[in-house]
Amino acid sequence: MRGRPEGLPDQVEARPVVLEVDAVTHFFGNLRAVHDFDLTLRHGELAGLIGPNGAGKTTVFNLITGVYRASEGRIRYRDVELVGLPSYEIIQMGIARTFQNIRLFSNLTVLDNVRIAYHPHAGYNLLDSVLHTARFREKEAEMTERAQEFLAIFGLETRQNEIAGGLPYGLQRRLEIARALAARPSVLILDEPAAGMNPQEIDQLMELIHFIRDRFDLTVLLVEHRMRLVMNICEWITVMDFGEVIARGVPAEVRSNPKVVEAYLGRQTRL
Amino acid sequence: MLSRLRKPGVAFFGIALVVFVVVQLLLSLGVLNNFWRGIIYWGAAITMVALGLNLIYGFNGQFSLGQYGFYAIGAYAAADVTWRWTHNDPSGIVVVFFGVLLSLLFYLAVARFLRGFVRVNVMTTFTFYVLVTILAFWLTVRYLVPVVGPALTASLGGLPGALTQRLVFFIALLGGAALAGIASFLFGIPVLELGSDYFGIATLGFTIIIKVLLDNTDTILPFPEMKGARGMIGIPQWTTWPWVFVSLLLVILVMRNLLHSSTGRSIVSVREDERAAELVGIDVVRSKMLAFVIGSVFAGLAGGIRAHDLAFLHPQSFNFIQSFNPLIIVVFGGLGSMTGTIITGFLWILLLEGLLRLYLPAGFETWRFVVYPLVLLLMMLLRPEGLMGRYEIPFLRQKTPRLFHRTDESVASGLDREEVAPDVGDQAASPEVAA
Repeated sequence: MRGRPEGLPDQVEARPVVLEVDAVTHFFGNLRAVHDFDLTLRHGELAGLIGPNGAGKTTVFNLITGVYRASEGRIRYRDVELVGLPSYEIIQMGIARTFQNIRLFSNLTVLDNVRIAYHPHAGYNLLDSVLHTARFREKEAEMTERAQEFLAIFGLETRQNEIAGGLPYGLQRRLEIARALAARPSVLILDEPAAGMNPQEIDQLMELIHFIRDRFDLTVLLVEHRMRLVMNICEWITVMDFGEVIARGVPAEVRSNPKVVEAYLGRQTRL
Repeated sequence: MLSRLRKPGVAFFGIALVVFVVVQLLLSLGVLNNFWRGIIYWGAAITMVALGLNLIYGFNGQFSLGQYGFYAIGAYAAADVTWRWTHNDPSGIVVVFFGVLLSLLFYLAVARFLRGFVRVNVMTTFTFYVLVTILAFWLTVRYLVPVVGPALTASLGGLPGALTQRLVFFIALLGGAALAGIASFLFGIPVLELGSDYFGIATLGFTIIIKVLLDNTDTILPFPEMKGARGMIGIPQWTTWPWVFVSLLLVILVMRNLLHSSTGRSIVSVREDERAAELVGIDVVRSKMLAFVIGSVFAGLAGGIRAHDLAFLHPQSFNFIQSFNPLIIVVFGGLGSMTGTIITGFLWILLLEGLLRLYLPAGFETWRFVVYPLVLLLMMLLRPEGLMGRYEIPFLRQKTPRLFHRTDESVASGLDREEVAPDVGDQAASPEVAA
């Protein structure tokens, strides 16, 4: 199958396909940022996407979430074609993401950050909002409680009324993941979640990713620079360089692949 | 109903009631003369306009200079309805009422139709909506006015005079506000797509267009009674304190309730980070449109109130220099603070049109236009976040929910929680809000 490594266990291959990126190419002007990119994710997988700076990893994420519209190729979520849909519809369908540089609503409270992601599922309309009807109060209380549950899972429940921008860095990262999960995704895309974290925090993050994957029945796609994180938790890895896939496989294979080593460390040259 | 009110609510409505009674008494007893009455009504109107702008700019982050355009639409539309009525012509009511109703029905149909397509071009959407609006009003003028008009005159004429007047005024205010809303909706479709600065310029253009149209109401537009650049006279002076008070209270309550809901939070999230809002599933365009239309409706309502107090409208009072007034008030009071806007709105008129006009020495009245930029300058230097910053009185502040009890599950996540919350002592069996 395209967009997957060979030789994954049979019980994995039996699961349904959730996300399928099919021969996607994207240009910025005349620059070809992504070329003929394939990626197929099956339900419940934890896959990684790595590559040197400028390889096009974040562009792939932006293409999937509709920030950019793919120049060529197709992206399907379950049976829905995503190319051409606005971002918010893609998110509401069940794909959530975090950002490389944290993008919280930093002047709002921690709780509101999560409740905003809950908005599409609020369950009341504009009239209820304006009149504060009985339905409004019921749904609002329910929403708040759900948001607080999310915060509790991430150890942020005591900080719900603090301004998000004032949280320490590690907690901001966690809050961003909490916010993404509040949108009720089935696919979670993490863009360099470990950026700026120390080794201890990375260990916590690895546990956290495993935990939320199982708890929320997610499929996770991860872009990361930190080999320690990627090699430890990803079931399989796609390696990109200059917008193209140069290798694919389980972590051990990828690590010993000469092309990958070359992309990261450079070619050995004789002077 | 009363049991639902919490302490801040009781305090707010209590103070509002006291203000209402006191002002009404002062007006009835003649302590406040016509000049001061005008100042109060004007202050209330400009506060409504500024609150609308605060929703658009302060809470939604869309820099707009179009607020006076919508204020003008509301003022002229409402004035036209009552002017016609007092000149034995019910067509104003029919057009405003049924035209708006029909337009909204058509909008629903168009929205449903367009939903069947993916990524419809903005200009296509715009064209559709403009066409059905024209169709709605044309149908009303052509077919409904001759039929409904006489019937309306007959039925309303049968009611007692005072009641009829109130009813007509009510429809006029509502119609002015609704027309401002429709105009902002149509204008917003192509323009809200623009980035914030470009949006500001486009709205400035809108204000200028409205001003030019108003200058030519009797020549280009078919409204000879508006008298174009000579100014519209003979508008019945129907605005009284209860109308002013209820309108302002309504605007404050609607805005407050809206902002304290999920819809309001989505509006604020767009101000905070548009891209991030879109990527947690917020329909950013819809959010902007909602804030823009509601803000414009507030301006339209204020226009109707102001027109029926002044009894005279002139296009010059809606020129683009004037359109900076609400912006100055909003920035002065604090972007994103309703309290600040309300205080500054009244202070602004009180200072500029009241105190300075009265107490500057004779011959120096125009110097108030030197004083207020100075005040503004000082303000920006000393308190750049505005008079109130983001402070709100308790009633206008969003409730902060009580803290949540730790559950078993969150502990099971095995996260290192030391730095977060030291006590893992008592765990509730199920999620429940701490008492």
